[in-house]
Amino acid sequence: MTLEPAIRTIDLVKEYPGDVHALDGVTFDVREGEVFALLGPNGAGKTTTVKILTTLSRPTSGEARVAGFDVVREAGNVRQAIGVVAQRAGADPTATGRENLSLQGRFFGMGGRALRTRIDALLELVGLTDAADRVTSTYSGGMTRRLDIAMGLVHGPRILFLDEPTTGLDPEVRATMWDEIRRLAAQERLTILLTTHYLEEADRLAGRLVILDAGRIVAAGTPDELKSGLRGDAIAIELGDGAAEPQVRAALSRVPGVDELRFDDRTVHLRVAAGASALPGVLSAIDATGVAVASATVSRPSLDDVYLRHTGRSFASAERTLQEAIR
Amino acid sequence: MTLAVAHTGAIAARHIRTFRRQPWWIAISLMQPVIYLLLFGALFGELASTAAFGGSYVDFLLPGIVVMSALSSGGWAGTASIDDIKGGVMDRMLVTPVRRAAVILGHLGQQALIVTLQALVLIGLGLAIGARFDGGIWGLAVMLGASVLLGTAIGALSHAIALLARTQETLIAVSQGIILPMTFLSTTFMVTALMPEWMATVAVYNPLTWAVDAARGAVDGSGDVAFIVSRLGWLAIFLVVSLVLALQAFRRYRRTI
Repeated sequence: MTLEPAIRTIDLVKEYPGDVHALDGVTFDVREGEVFALLGPNGAGKTTTVKILTTLSRPTSGEARVAGFDVVREAGNVRQAIGVVAQRAGADPTATGRENLSLQGRFFGMGGRALRTRIDALLELVGLTDAADRVTSTYSGGMTRRLDIAMGLVHGPRILFLDEPTTGLDPEVRATMWDEIRRLAAQERLTILLTTHYLEEADRLAGRLVILDAGRIVAAGTPDELKSGLRGDAIAIELGDGAAEPQVRAALSRVPGVDELRFDDRTVHLRVAAGASALPGVLSAIDATGVAVASATVSRPSLDDVYLRHTGRSFASAERTLQEAIR
Repeated sequence: MTLAVAHTGAIAARHIRTFRRQPWWIAISLMQPVIYLLLFGALFGELASTAAFGGSYVDFLLPGIVVMSALSSGGWAGTASIDDIKGGVMDRMLVTPVRRAAVILGHLGQQALIVTLQALVLIGLGLAIGARFDGGIWGLAVMLGASVLLGTAIGALSHAIALLARTQETLIAVSQGIILPMTFLSTTFMVTALMPEWMATVAVYNPLTWAVDAARGAVDGSGDVAFIVSRLGWLAIFLVVSLVLALQAFRRYRRTI
């Protein structure tokens, strides 16, 4: 028996009418039983990838296989094998939690006692037993999301897709959600593909991840691999008004130990071997140019740095650009 | 096949449950037909209770109003598709093995039930204002059948428009823009003999006329059986064509996700 990966995509391309390249050649494998993250800012192509892998949308070119089946030619088999928790809530707001779960089960040919037992177990699992017979329009954001997850699990899928599972949730609820996802992955022996634009979420949950940017994969690996690919610590210095980039750049490039130098709006990002000991030298070099410093931070490498390194812009600025484009 | 039936049943049950939680909806949907029945009946009662209308305008009007209410509630059917698309319920269904046709057919099952309930209320109201049903129970059954065929056919077309337009505003504009003229270009309120010639010509091809004529002939017991059966047959064909269009529109919707 050849062990095919749970999910395999080969050179996926998706173009929307009006020449929008949502995906521009995306290739990755997700192994059986792992939690895999697609990380990227809004508009990077995460949701498009999930739509193709869950048979909702067809790729313009390229190939994708899920649970050993082709997502276009064997869509029926794929649908049977996967559970999907979309970014938007998908529960019927006029029905109760239990009714939503029951309808979902019927789509998979379940029914009778087996379905009722499964629903009770799932309600227990996601902590909605007490709210089961309430109409879901009365649920809080966290409850809705937990119901969504339960709906995705009704038929005992092998592979679960979680598209932005914690977007729009309060920070405390988000942390609880992470625990629950980890618990579910273990308990239900799931392969999970999750998308997120929270670096911390990918870092905490994913065994491996790819970083998507503008429809392309810019980096792939475990969170540690990606972070250790960056030597040393990151220093971010926010400059005051009237900062002249060439001047500051020239001054900093003369400071010994400064590896990388990048300007992002009014913030300059540096990479140094040891952050704390390099900081005084860096600050005095900037001071010598007469430019004011508004703030300075030293940090251990994070996925944000990985993103910055591979795309040339910080995660936050990518999100900001997108929001401006939308506006 | 059995799976398709099971899925259709499950989706119909979902929509019927939603409907049961908002029973006042039926009262709202009947407001317009009831106003027409009472006011048109009173307005033209004197003038139109002539031989051309079979002697009693209320008797003439009632089957027309029953069928008309099926038509107008069918026109709203597509709002269910739009709500499902906007609420994410549609995508959620489409990533499961649910039979695609069941998504539409299930909702039309609920439509059939609503049309039946509306007809029963209107029949009761008709009795209260002195309408007679000389065709007996079979006459009423034909009226119900014709209403359900027309209501579900229009419902299917409403889903087709909804799936292509995807906004409530467009759906309402298009369906109301069709339904109102369709009502007046039919035998709902008037016999063809008294219409301007062009209107009479148009009315003959109007599915609403087929349903109203079949219902009227059956309810007052005067209708020729072959005539009634032929009109029901045309309505059945109209329903099939509408369903094909709705399923095509649904396929097209899925291609654009």
